[in-house]
Amino acid sequence: MRADIVIVGGGPAGLAAAIAAAKENRNLDVLILERDSELGGILNQCIHNGFGLHTFNEELTGPEYADRFEQQLDGLNIRYMLNTMVLNVASGSVTAVNSSEGVFNVECSAIVLCMGCRERPRGALNIPGLRPAGVFTAGTAQRLVNIEGYMPGKEVVILGSGDIGLIMARRMTLEGAKVKAVCELMPYSGGLKRNIVQCLDDFDIPLLLSHTVIDIKGKERVTSVVIAEVDESLKPIPGSEQEIPCDTLLLSCGLIPENELSRACDVKINPATNGPVVNESFETSIPGIFACGNVLHVHDLVDYVSEESARAGRSAARYVASSKPNSGSEIQIKTGNGVRYTVPSFVRVEGLDSDLTIRFRSGNVYKNLYIDVLIDGNQKIHRRKQIITPGEMEQVILKKDDLSDCTGEILVQITEG
Amino acid sequence: MNEQYDIIIIGAGVTGSAIARELSCFDCKVLVLEKDEDLCCGTSKANSGIVHAGYDAKPGTFKARMNLRGNQMMPSLCEELDIPFKQIGSLVVCTDESQRSGITELFERGISNGVPDMKILEADEVRELEPNISDDVVCALYAPTAGIICPFRLNIALAECANQNGVEFRFDCPVTSIESSASGFIVHSYDSVFECSVVVNCAGCHADEIHNMVSGNKLHITPRRGDYILLDRSCEGFVNHVIFPQPTKLGKGILVTPTVHGNILAGPTAIDNDSRDEAPLTSEGIAKVLEGTAKNVKGLPVKQVITGFSGLRAHEDGGEFILEEVSDCPGFFDCVGIESPGLTACPAIGEYMARLIADKLSLSLKAFWNSECKDIVKPFELSDEERSALISSHPEYGKIICRCETITEGEIIDAVKRPLGARSLDGVKRRTRAGMGRCQGGFCSPRVMEIISRELGVPLDTVTKNGGSSKILTGRTKDES
Repeated sequence: MRADIVIVGGGPAGLAAAIAAAKENRNLDVLILERDSELGGILNQCIHNGFGLHTFNEELTGPEYADRFEQQLDGLNIRYMLNTMVLNVASGSVTAVNSSEGVFNVECSAIVLCMGCRERPRGALNIPGLRPAGVFTAGTAQRLVNIEGYMPGKEVVILGSGDIGLIMARRMTLEGAKVKAVCELMPYSGGLKRNIVQCLDDFDIPLLLSHTVIDIKGKERVTSVVIAEVDESLKPIPGSEQEIPCDTLLLSCGLIPENELSRACDVKINPATNGPVVNESFETSIPGIFACGNVLHVHDLVDYVSEESARAGRSAARYVASSKPNSGSEIQIKTGNGVRYTVPSFVRVEGLDSDLTIRFRSGNVYKNLYIDVLIDGNQKIHRRKQIITPGEMEQVILKKDDLSDCTGEILVQITEG
Repeated sequence: MNEQYDIIIIGAGVTGSAIARELSCFDCKVLVLEKDEDLCCGTSKANSGIVHAGYDAKPGTFKARMNLRGNQMMPSLCEELDIPFKQIGSLVVCTDESQRSGITELFERGISNGVPDMKILEADEVRELEPNISDDVVCALYAPTAGIICPFRLNIALAECANQNGVEFRFDCPVTSIESSASGFIVHSYDSVFECSVVVNCAGCHADEIHNMVSGNKLHITPRRGDYILLDRSCEGFVNHVIFPQPTKLGKGILVTPTVHGNILAGPTAIDNDSRDEAPLTSEGIAKVLEGTAKNVKGLPVKQVITGFSGLRAHEDGGEFILEEVSDCPGFFDCVGIESPGLTACPAIGEYMARLIADKLSLSLKAFWNSECKDIVKPFELSDEERSALISSHPEYGKIICRCETITEGEIIDAVKRPLGARSLDGVKRRTRAGMGRCQGGFCSPRVMEIISRELGVPLDTVTKNGGSSKILTGRTKDES
């Protein structure tokens, strides 16, 4: 089998990348390989609204948002295969398996990695206790409720205040379950402010910051969890234990980009994001392999995934059409005070269409500080922010012209004045 | 009329299943009673998965004899029963010059026990074999006959083989009382009553309770918990052998080993546990595992931990395997105190006990006995061509359900439909590994539940994690109800 561009994954990132690639060059043959039985990825189970404000200027549900993209596939030179699992990725070749083709290879000129992310499971959190039924990651519970139409429990404690956990606190409440508490290990939430207001505050669900679960009880089904407050080093404080009777513990403790395929083909991984290191064109350390969406870094908003992925798709299309290898000097983007990572990690000016969007997350909560961007040591951006939190992705936009004379590096940092 | 059997085995763990298989070649009617919903639910499911070489136990003990014999039997048994097994060898590491004599003692004990091909390696030789070994390494006892095995498949394969040769199994069937009768025993379980000539007690952590139902010579088991952590397959190669510290009175200590499936396993602790059934993982336990591991290897990639679990050892006060016909209760056979090296020893215990019982009942061999049993076909182990051929005849082997371990719908259907098949999520997990990977079932568990529901013809909301009241769902949503 042959395709010009193979897109690994047909979720929001894969759809946007495929559409942008096919629009960029209508002669190219784009193939999406999706492991699930439908396109749209995790959007299919996100039946709440709030998607699309940036992309379509309206509030859509997850399935509606996905549908807007799926509609665009018709008329473009895009094929897709469902129930198809990619087993291996190498430069110029993708190996996959499905029920109709068996194990098959697709020869290709470019690959866009769009595998998304997975939830951090109980085991990786080292939560002590028994292992009864009733412990779910929030996304698994969301699938059970929204796709299967079944309830995973009636009395719920949620550990972690990631967005899926917050959304599920509201969803379970609307379905008649009692959500007793959301515990967050850190002194701040990992979710969006709007979700804390709309999903917890509006339903009087307590958010217990600096709290964690230290025991799970129940042999067959969860009967209670024990929570405790934690100190500054995140260790449980003796005497603060509190047992909460419940039949369900939902976990929303972080998302991990699914880069097993990327690692197996030796794409360079950024330890801060657990995603590939990419340049302004979303090209990884291996020429012709691009990455975008949550496999690259975990996003708060699907709109940004779509925008970023469209860039990755266009870049892949140009890579296929251009016979000359990428060249030109690389400008490194350095992370300064308070900045945990940036995407991209470096820039080649000739790879830019116009402006350069740098997305990043802070490592802590900062109030009334400034986001500074320095090019070759000269301040280009100095923007006051009331609050900067790890749960909300930040972005800065640099003009291409500002970069044309850059010989050194770009520095992004959070400063006091 | 009560149901009549020649032999009732209590417990479908590795010991009970190994004895069942050995007895299945004789002309007799055998029933295995299991209190849980599936095979491999007790000590057999949560252990180190090690086939020990046999240098640990005191010469002449059952532990020593059964360990060595079990180790010798394992390669051909694993061939016959299609059990993942790798003879990777073990290292007992000495990290303190003053303790060197302990390694020599262990070596000599191994010689007395008949362990072949052992060597004492010096620090440089150990480093060559294991680059991540502690900088403090002084020397190590190397035993090439030690290995790693899939404990689930070992247990399940022994039972499946017994079952295909006529042994019956009943699940959710705890023994509540045993009476002596003119012809042997009457065994009660809730509303069921069974009669038999011989009872074999393989009840693991409950074996003392079962023994004490019939004998005046009381036994006492202390459930001793072992906590483990399991690391992602991306850590494969961190160690290449089973790495033990020097043993202490409490046991073999905290080991680090590859598993047959390419994970890294560290543990166990040894903590006396109140319950015989519930083994909670504790943060102290995890801390002890990490501390113990750090003495022997450097830089365990703890960020790659995908799960932690605990198991219970059935430690009898005497510290020895009890393998005998109970003196004050003829026809009642004990396999009690089967702690480490019980997994290694199980084939030998099966062989030994079956001989005792066959002699007792003067059993004769069957004309035909099938010693072999194939595991579920695993597409990811096949070549691309073989895999494609399988998929073209059975398309369900082309549909991946568990992404992390690339387990297909075909494997899960087989796990549910085969004799003594899985009825729960954990049952499918033990047979196929679906849900054992880095996402721990986050993606696949709803899909596996659907397959179980469909294949067994039961409503989705009755599917359990591991039987009993461990239902995963609590009802329909408002729209669906």
